Amino acid sequence: MLPNGPTAPPPWKRPWRRLAAAGVLAFALAGATPAATPAFAAEKGVFFPETFTLSNGMQVVLVTNQRVPVVTHMVWYKVGAADEPRGVSGIAHFLEHLMFKGTEEVPPGAFSRIVAKNGGRDNAFTSWDYTAYFQNVARDRLELVMKMEADRMSNLRLTDQLVYPERDVIIEERRQRIENEPADRIGEQINATLYVHHPYGTPIIGWPQEMATLTREEAESFYKSWYAPNNAVLVVSGDVTAEELKPLAEKYYGSVAARPVPERVRVQEPPISAARRVILRDDEVRQPSIRRNWLAPSYRTDKEGYAYPLQVLSEIMSGGPTSRLYRSLVVEQRIATSAWLGYSPSSWDMTSLAAGASPASGVTMEKLEAALEADIRTLVEKGVTEEEVATAKKRMLAEAAYARDSLTGPAQTLGAAIATGQSIDDVENWPVRIDAVTADQVNAAARAVLGQTNHVTGLLLPLQDKGS
Amino acid sequence: MIVLSKRLVSKRIFGACLFLFAFVITTPAAAIEIKRVVSPGGIEAWLVEDHKVPIIALEWAFEGAGASDPKGKEGLANLAARTLDEGAGPYDSQSFAARLQDNAIALGYDAGRDGFGGSLRTLSDRRDEAFELTRLSLAEPRFDAEAVERMRAAVLSSLRRDQADPNYVGRRLFYSTAYPGHPYGDEIRGTLESLPTITPDDLRGFVKNGFGRDRLVVAAAGDISPEDLGRALDHVFGGLPATSANAAIPDVEPKGLGETLVATRPTAQTVMLMGQTGLKRADPDWYAATVMNYVLGGGGFGSRLMEEVREKRGLSYGVYSYLIPMDHSALVMAGGNTVNAKAGQALDIMRQEWKRMADEGVTEEELADAKTYLTGSFPLQLGSTQAIAGILLQVKRDQLGIDYLDRRDAFINGVTQADVQRVAKRLLDPNRLLTVLVGRPEGVTATRTIDGGS
Repeated sequence: MLPNGPTAPPPWKRPWRRLAAAGVLAFALAGATPAATPAFAAEKGVFFPETFTLSNGMQVVLVTNQRVPVVTHMVWYKVGAADEPRGVSGIAHFLEHLMFKGTEEVPPGAFSRIVAKNGGRDNAFTSWDYTAYFQNVARDRLELVMKMEADRMSNLRLTDQLVYPERDVIIEERRQRIENEPADRIGEQINATLYVHHPYGTPIIGWPQEMATLTREEAESFYKSWYAPNNAVLVVSGDVTAEELKPLAEKYYGSVAARPVPERVRVQEPPISAARRVILRDDEVRQPSIRRNWLAPSYRTDKEGYAYPLQVLSEIMSGGPTSRLYRSLVVEQRIATSAWLGYSPSSWDMTSLAAGASPASGVTMEKLEAALEADIRTLVEKGVTEEEVATAKKRMLAEAAYARDSLTGPAQTLGAAIATGQSIDDVENWPVRIDAVTADQVNAAARAVLGQTNHVTGLLLPLQDKGS
Repeated sequence: MIVLSKRLVSKRIFGACLFLFAFVITTPAAAIEIKRVVSPGGIEAWLVEDHKVPIIALEWAFEGAGASDPKGKEGLANLAARTLDEGAGPYDSQSFAARLQDNAIALGYDAGRDGFGGSLRTLSDRRDEAFELTRLSLAEPRFDAEAVERMRAAVLSSLRRDQADPNYVGRRLFYSTAYPGHPYGDEIRGTLESLPTITPDDLRGFVKNGFGRDRLVVAAAGDISPEDLGRALDHVFGGLPATSANAAIPDVEPKGLGETLVATRPTAQTVMLMGQTGLKRADPDWYAATVMNYVLGGGGFGSRLMEEVREKRGLSYGVYSYLIPMDHSALVMAGGNTVNAKAGQALDIMRQEWKRMADEGVTEEELADAKTYLTGSFPLQLGSTQAIAGILLQVKRDQLGIDYLDRRDAFINGVTQADVQRVAKRLLDPNRLLTVLVGRPEGVTATRTIDGGS
């Protein structure tokens, strides 16, 4: 992990208590209201972006924020680890690293050096569904980074001498991020078990035996297939207007030729009828924990209208110290030291809903699991009340007011939404759609998702289970 | 989940200036106007007033509070921080939390090495409720037995969880070796042994003694006028005692310099951490050291450590250096992770870079690049209302002056190659590094091996 890189600890180890305020929006579409509207109103409008499309098909999204004369500049490619050919897991993320290895005009390594020399910061990230590159710079450096980012969209130059030492770096990255910590290792195993056939079961960074054999040719092939302006979205947030941005976008990105891009063909999960358990025992573990995942619809796959109700459900169950799970397991029964439920609807294919807890001292994992199951069962059987829904919605809309108070947050949210198949209109309507959720809808969604028995349960345990 | 990463930077680089437009960067930080507000009751705060977003952020600290927990009660200040917002005045834990949540108010406390911090963020139309709840949390915290027990259990759980994290194990071993018998050597959250001894009365005593207006530093940003902030300051903090009774903390030099400790853990990678005496924030050489650190390992991609360890050899995903100024000591540190078999090699390179910087300082070009980065990137930290208040608070705590943001660029631009050379020679000595390795490092000569680490 790098000192300047944005980081998000996996939900597994997230100390949610400190995140109570941010929890609602951690994954979800953030919402915000402009200064003019009352803070708690459920009106359409979150970031009030402007958008236009270049002649080559590249979409441009702008959120103007003139508080400080700086901008965030992001390019999102609609391709991620789940689009990799089988057998070359990790190639999307590897290519992300290699995108810094130079073009004819910008030599290897110079990209970040030029950004830093100009007082800026840059980085990139890869998910299953997208790959994004960003720079935060003073407003008068926007043209500079646009020129360089557009240049590497089609002019990347790779050599063996550049590619293979970088492969060692991603292998070290895997060791550092996943292999060195038991909580991250079991997270990977839970995913691999939940998604039996779909590529979401393959780690973004790749499986180690395949990472070790990734080649320059495979990276180049992935780049040629997917990195085209018509498969990318430019998102800019900060002190710039559409009048200023448009000519620059046309000049730099508009001059990159459109190319045919493959359809995103993802396999479907087969019907799974079995509950599964993943148990990791490790001598390093001193604090055990449990987590259970159920498959759930994402915004894009949500035929039944469950996505917004599931977000409200998540707030009721896990939205802070007064939420159901925390109150029940931590405050009242004193069985757990933490308890949570999380749901992220931003995904191209399906997603998952997860719940978890850590036992209080002297409490067995069996007892903790039974208590967690009992709370879930109560929810599914008795449902939530209108009052709980009203309170949760109020909190979510209020929290949404903070979302615009950020330079990078709006760009992140809009980029991720578009890359996973949502429209700007979907984002802007988030408060209205949350406000429209009813208790009946929450209960129907809870029954549909949590009522499934084909879930995956993960247990992280010490090597010697001493019954505590 | 997202894999964040970043790669980069190889050696030659430099024909690269074809894309450089201008070199002198305007200083957007100077665009921010900081007002000094003094309340009718005499409490001072700095304010960046901004009515564009309906949000108010308040950040404060009690200097020195909790920096030294009583012997045997290690973790007291941190447990207080966790429990202050667990009920106050007429509200028990659940009703206090509900009032915060229902009004979208974020209130939190944080026990630090040199002081005790507080943080409030509220929508401006909820500010009266927010200020009142904050006042209650400071003046009338309940420390109900149930809440104390619950927070104690949560802290114990987090301590146990961290024992599976080799980075954490490395940090603990470093600080306990560098500062034995000094509060800086203690785990701020306490220990599995000390936490059970802390009582609600201990927590009440901590608050009573530590939260005096003589130690209070406050900063604010957002949708509030100076007049309204003045009234709020008196409301929130006016009832606190005029003076506090914090224990005096002695200055201390890090110990164990020259040692190489290995904590054996069955991990795939070795975590490396090394450090020696650094500079305090008020040191005249602070800016020269900042430039030096940027070139050495503080600049992410393009730093010498990243170049040599990651880019040229692929030994690590991340390797870095940083300065840690404290009120009573200071460190210059470096760290990184590498596969066990290459730990000796990576460590040798890091020590070589330490020596090269001490011997040669920085080039004219490195100096120029560091200056444009350090001056140009600063405004990027002003991205949110809370971030602005946080920076104001830090400037105030460091006693840099209300016009510091206007002067900061000049301090950095005034650094010369000779300044960097001088400070590098003064600070960096590869033979006097305290080195801590966690894992199964190969090619390393340990002066002491600790089985099992934690």
